[in-house]
Amino acid sequence: MQHFARLLESLAFTPARTGKIRHLVTHFRNRPDPERGYALAALTGDLELRKVTPSLLRALVTERVDAELFGYSYDFVGDLAETIALIWPTGAPPEDLPLSQLVGELEQAGKADLPGLIAARLDRLDPSGRHAYLKLATGGLRVGVSARLARAALAEYGTVPATEIEELWHGLTPPYDSLFAWLDGGEKPVSAAHAPFRPVMLSTGTDLDQLGALDPAEYAAEWKWDGIRVQASVDRGTRRLYSRTGEDISASFPDLLDALEFEGTLDGELLVRRGAEVAPFGELQKRLNRKSVGKGLLQSHPAALRLYDALLIEGRDLRADPFTTRRKALEGLRNRFDPDRLDLSPLLAFDTWDDLAALRADPPDAVIEGVMIKRKDSPYTAGRAKGPWFKWKRDPMVVDAVLIYAQRGHGKRSGYYSDFTFALWDGDQLVPVGKAYFGFTDDELKSLDRFVRNNTVERFGPVRSVKPELVLEIAFEGLNRSPRHKSGVAMRFPRIARIRSDKPAAEADRLETLKALLPPAI
Amino acid sequence: MLHPRPAGLYCPAGDFHIDPVRPVARALITHGHADHARSGHGAVLATRQTLDIMAIRYGQDFAGQTQVAEGPLRIGDAEVAFHPAGHVLGSAQIAIRTGGRRFTVSGDYCRRANPACAPFEPVPCDVFVTEATFALPVFHHPEPEGQIARLLASVQAFPERAHLVGAYALGKAQRLIALLRAAGWEAPIYIHGALERLCAYHIEQGVDLGPLRPATDDGMTKADFAGQIVIAPPSAFAATWAQRFPDPVICFASGWMQVRARARQRGVELPLVISDHVDWPDLTRTIAELDPEQVWVTHGREEALIRHCTLEGRTARPLNLVGYEDEAE
Repeated sequence: MQHFARLLESLAFTPARTGKIRHLVTHFRNRPDPERGYALAALTGDLELRKVTPSLLRALVTERVDAELFGYSYDFVGDLAETIALIWPTGAPPEDLPLSQLVGELEQAGKADLPGLIAARLDRLDPSGRHAYLKLATGGLRVGVSARLARAALAEYGTVPATEIEELWHGLTPPYDSLFAWLDGGEKPVSAAHAPFRPVMLSTGTDLDQLGALDPAEYAAEWKWDGIRVQASVDRGTRRLYSRTGEDISASFPDLLDALEFEGTLDGELLVRRGAEVAPFGELQKRLNRKSVGKGLLQSHPAALRLYDALLIEGRDLRADPFTTRRKALEGLRNRFDPDRLDLSPLLAFDTWDDLAALRADPPDAVIEGVMIKRKDSPYTAGRAKGPWFKWKRDPMVVDAVLIYAQRGHGKRSGYYSDFTFALWDGDQLVPVGKAYFGFTDDELKSLDRFVRNNTVERFGPVRSVKPELVLEIAFEGLNRSPRHKSGVAMRFPRIARIRSDKPAAEADRLETLKALLPPAI
Repeated sequence: MLHPRPAGLYCPAGDFHIDPVRPVARALITHGHADHARSGHGAVLATRQTLDIMAIRYGQDFAGQTQVAEGPLRIGDAEVAFHPAGHVLGSAQIAIRTGGRRFTVSGDYCRRANPACAPFEPVPCDVFVTEATFALPVFHHPEPEGQIARLLASVQAFPERAHLVGAYALGKAQRLIALLRAAGWEAPIYIHGALERLCAYHIEQGVDLGPLRPATDDGMTKADFAGQIVIAPPSAFAATWAQRFPDPVICFASGWMQVRARARQRGVELPLVISDHVDWPDLTRTIAELDPEQVWVTHGREEALIRHCTLEGRTARPLNLVGYEDEAE
C-alpha cells in the first residue's frame, strides 16, 4: 500500500505525460505480482469495489474527531478523503498491507461490515496510505492518469507496441498476471474475449505539394467525415463499439449496437444522422460518455455508422488483403444494413490531384472535414505508418483574436507564459472565446512571453491579464455551440497560427463573425 | 493590561506595541519577518539578531532608535524579557509581567529542532498569547529530515533537470540549506539574489551553510544547472529568472504543502512539508504544558484553536489582529 500511495502522490504532482509514464514504469518494474496488477486496475478503473459513500466516511470520522473541528478542517482542505486522511487519529504503528489484500476485503465485505473494516484499516495506515485507501474505496482516484496513459506506460515497460496492449486489453482481468508475464519476456497471452478491439490504422497529413509526387491512379479517395472514428465488432453474439484508442463505448450507443447485423470487425465514422442529414460534431458530443442513454436522446440524436473498411468478416481476417479487396468485401455486406444506421462512405471519382482538390474545396456536406487518400494495394496495418493513408484536411478556419490572459506553463515552459486566452469583440467588449497553448515556435513563445510581462494589468495567481493590444491569428478545426462558455461557442483544436503584431486590436474579428461559422441549429 | 489596538497588541503599563503593523512610538519586535517587523517606528526593542535583520532589510535607519533586548528590562510599569521562539534566527517570545500577571506573547514559534536558530523555550505564564497559523487538526508536520530525503531522491531520479526550491528568504531558506548540509549534500547550492545578504548574515552568526553560489552566475549555462539545487523565494518562479534552468522540478518548502490543492494551485511538482510554525500536536501540547489561565489567539485559524480550548475546558479568546500574513511561510 505504501508504494501505491507514493505512486498516486507522484502522479498527482507530475504535470508532464512523460513524467507520469516514468513513474508508472518504475512502479511496474519494482512491484511484484499481484500488487502492480491491482495498482494498474485501480488506475484504469477496472476494479469492482463496493462503493463507499461520503456519509459513511463522515460518520466514521466524527466518531473520532469533534464534528466542529472536522468541519473547519474540511472547509480548509476542500477534499473529503484528504481531510480524513490527515485528521484521522494515529494509534498503532502503521502496517504496510498488500494492496491485493485491501482490494480483496473491500470486494468481499458485506454492507454492515464495511464501516468497521474501513476504520480498522485507517487505524493502521499513515496519512498518505489513508488518502490512497480512501480514494480506492470511494472509487474516485482522479490522479490525472487515463486508462490509455496507463496502457502506454505498460507498452513502454515491456517495450512492445501500445497497439498490442490495446488489442489484448478487453480480454484481460485484474491483476493481469499473464500480461505482466508477457511484458517481462514470457509468452504473449491469447485474448479470450469475444469481439476484442483490433488496433486501427491511422493516416498522416498531406497537401497538394506532397501529393504531386504520387500517381493518382494508385490511390482511392473518400470523404473524411467529422464524427468519431470507431470500430464495430460482432463476434459470436457479442457486440462492441470501440473508440480508435480501444475504449469500449458500447454502453453509450445501444441504438447503433442493435443495428450491427453482421459478423466481423468494421471500421467507420460514428455520426449522429437523421436520414440523409448528418448532424454536426457538437450533436454527437451529447451522446458521448454516458453510462446509459435516455429515450429522448436516442430519438432526437440517433447514432449511425458510416463505414470505411473491413478488418474481419465471418471469421476471415482481411487485414493482409489490399484495400480494394477489403472494400469489395465490405460492399458485399451492404444489403444486410439498416440504411438509417449503417451505410458506406462513398468513394470519390478523380483522375488527377487537381480533380480531388476541387472536390475537397467544395464538399457536398458541411460535416466533411477533408478527404482521405488510401493506397489501393495497402494492407490494413495497425498504427500510423507514413504513406499508405493520407488525410488531406480542409483548410482550418481562422479568426483574428485579441490576447487577454496568459497563464504560466510548467516543465520546459517553466517561467514562461505559455497558455493564452484570446477574445473577440462583442459591441465594445472583448469576450473570451478560447485558449491556445500550441502552434507557436520557441522564438514566438519568447516574444509572447515578453509581451505578457511588459503589458500585465493584473495578476491572479499563475494568471495575468494583459492590455488588450496584441492580435493573434487563431486557427481551429471546427466550432460548436457551448452553453458553458460566455461566448456561447467552443472551438476545436484552437492554436496560434500567427502573431499579428501588425494589426491593431480594434480591427480584430467580432464575435458575430465567428458565430456565422457555426453549423445550423436544429 | 494588554489589549489589541488598530496598530497591534498594546501594553498600556509600558506604553508599547508588540509587532505593530503601522508606525508607533515604541515597538517590541518578536522576529524579522516583514509582517511583524516593519520600518518607521520611533523606538524598537528586539534581539540583536532581529535588529540586524531589520537593518539588512530596511537600512540602518529603519527606526528612530534601537535597543538590544538583553536580560529582564523595565519599561514603565512593565517588566519585559525576551526568550527564544525557535521560529527563525533571532526570533523571540516576549514575556511581560505587569499588575502581578504574567503574559507570554509567543510571536510565531516552532518546537522542532532547527539548525538555523535557537530552540523554543517554554515560559510559564498566566496568559499565553499564541499564533494559530496551522491550528487545524489536519496539520501534522513530518520530520524535516524525511522531506529533505525526498528532495535528494528526486534530484537523483531526474539528473537532467534542475531542482528549484521555493523558500522564504528569511529563515526557511537557511534552514533548508542547513538541513541539506546535514543530509550530506556537499555540492554548491545556488541561491537567488534576494537570499544573499540574509544567508551571509546567518554564516556570520555561526550557521554552517556550506558553499553557496549566485544562481545568476554568468559562467553557468543552462545545462550546467542539471542535477543542481537552486533556492529562491517562490515569487521568483513567475519571473524570467526561472527561464535559465533546464526543465526545472518546482519544489516548495512550506507547511501549507501538506494540503494537495495548495501545492497544485502553485504548480508545485515536489511539495516539501517543512514548517517554521507549530503544527496542531505541538500547538496543543504547548498549551497543555504551559497550562495558562487564558489563551489569547493572534492570527491564523482562531476558531479551531478556540474550539479546542473550549473542549479542554480552557478560557480562550481571539484578538482579531489584522495585518499578519499566513501565506508567508
